[in-house]
Amino acid sequence: MAGFVSSHRGHASHRPDRAHLTEPRYVRWSLTAGALLFLGLFLLLPLVTVFAEALAEGWEAYRTAIFEPDAVSALLLTLTAAAIAVPANLVFGVCAGWAIAKFDFPGKSLLTTFIDLPFAVSPVISGMVFLLLFGRQGFLGPWVAAHDIKVVFAIPGIVLATVFVSFPFVAREIIPVMETSGTQEEEAARVLGASGLQTFFRVTLPNIKWGLLYGIILCNARAMGEFGAVSVVSGKIRGQTNTLPLHVEVLYGEYMTQAAFAVASLLTFLALITLVVKTLVERHLGASASQDVAPAVAA
Amino acid sequence: MKRNVLPGFRMTMGFTLFYLFLIVIIPLMTLPARTASMTLDAFWNAISNPLVVASYKLSVGAALIAASINAVCGLVVAWVLVRYSFPGKRIIDSLVDLPFALPTAVAGITLTTIYAPSGWIGRYLEPLGIKVAYTPIGVTIAMIFIGLPFVVRTLQPVIEDLDMELEEAATSLGASRTRVLLQVILPYLYPAWLTGFALAFARAVGEYGSVVFISGNLPMKTQIAPYLILTKLEQFDYAGATAIAVVMLSMSFVLLLAINALQGWTTRRLSN
Repeated sequence: MAGFVSSHRGHASHRPDRAHLTEPRYVRWSLTAGALLFLGLFLLLPLVTVFAEALAEGWEAYRTAIFEPDAVSALLLTLTAAAIAVPANLVFGVCAGWAIAKFDFPGKSLLTTFIDLPFAVSPVISGMVFLLLFGRQGFLGPWVAAHDIKVVFAIPGIVLATVFVSFPFVAREIIPVMETSGTQEEEAARVLGASGLQTFFRVTLPNIKWGLLYGIILCNARAMGEFGAVSVVSGKIRGQTNTLPLHVEVLYGEYMTQAAFAVASLLTFLALITLVVKTLVERHLGASASQDVAPAVAA
Repeated sequence: MKRNVLPGFRMTMGFTLFYLFLIVIIPLMTLPARTASMTLDAFWNAISNPLVVASYKLSVGAALIAASINAVCGLVVAWVLVRYSFPGKRIIDSLVDLPFALPTAVAGITLTTIYAPSGWIGRYLEPLGIKVAYTPIGVTIAMIFIGLPFVVRTLQPVIEDLDMELEEAATSLGASRTRVLLQVILPYLYPAWLTGFALAFARAVGEYGSVVFISGNLPMKTQIAPYLILTKLEQFDYAGATAIAVVMLSMSFVLLLAINALQGWTTRRLSN
């Protein structure tokens, strides 16, 4: 009898010392084989392909592609956008978490629905709304032009679109964590004389630190990987308004497949790091983290 | 009843609302505002254009098929990951989130490369006459990829929470394993299963980056709705783009409400 202990996410192990409580062995084996085939086809194969194609012409070609000036400036732009979007959404997430989780007020579920809105919006539409707002035909277009500020087809537009699409991630992760930990500890701290800020930093923050890390990682992954929204607001000017994903598209469109995959491999490394951190955090958080499936609607 | 005794409500709430309005609400309001300035005729013409209708059919149809495939395969994957063990399970389990974490452009070019006639899989399908890249099949495959984690991740916690006592009771009352699976366990999973399906579907309908490369963007055949929006924007046909977007958004909001309702159902089922 196969002794399988499901130590997944620290949950109780199933003790299958009773064969009648599980499927017959041939069923188990075929289901496992089927699942692995499906996952291998859809997950492993693409992963392997990225690196295989990136290195298809050897290490030299790989290094050249990555250090090429346009690729470097695309990387810098991506990092800049993320460096603005993540902290901004972090501050928002913490504020929203405090307001929503520690207090009672009417309209709470409406508020959380609004916070979730960027998830429901297709990325192209996410970018488009900023065109409608700041583009030449946009509502604020004349005002922006009069003040000689470039928003769309320039870096500020890219940053705004990035902030929009990665908006909910931190809030969504820490609100449940904050709600679970309740208000008792904070109230006790207040009773003992702590100020608001002291209460937050000494009591709340340690409780939410794993959820916070989780949210930051997801927010960052989305911010750096965004494609659809940024496609719309970027002028796609090589070396200036191309983010890393856009640069991948440019290279691929010019049939520079190896270079495209080389740059793509950088983003894939980011994805793998995100997965690793996610797994580590889940192990610390236990079951509660995995129940929050982020319905991240497209990127 | 919770009494609001902690400090900082006004400050945090104020900032929350301010930021929310600035970043999300006001930009999104441009859509209905722009639509309001269109005549009904112009709006109808924009969304009933054959190209546009074809793109809706593709985006929605392929998403439905992809989400269904994900529902079936995702159920098996979730069950295997929770109930069975095999070497490397931990790593494979973490890998399930890859479609979440991988930038869509990377997924897009990779899937195209794999299924193109010269690709690792495409080259075997080509002699059989099966074309994947630049066809609706390719679009569906890309949508399966990005929807994969939704069903699996929604089902896993529920399967983990399954009370062995239910199965033991049914078995001791004489039910065969098949009967236990179909009549005891499966109904328990329905809410989460449907939620996962809806999430995968919603994601696939609006997806751009992963799909736009493999689709080939052939008019009337493989143009997805987001692609059409982008094309219209590039032609400065903001009105047309807005019209298509409004239809898509309405679909998304209906889906969002349905998903919220389903998730509520799941939570109520679980807490029983």
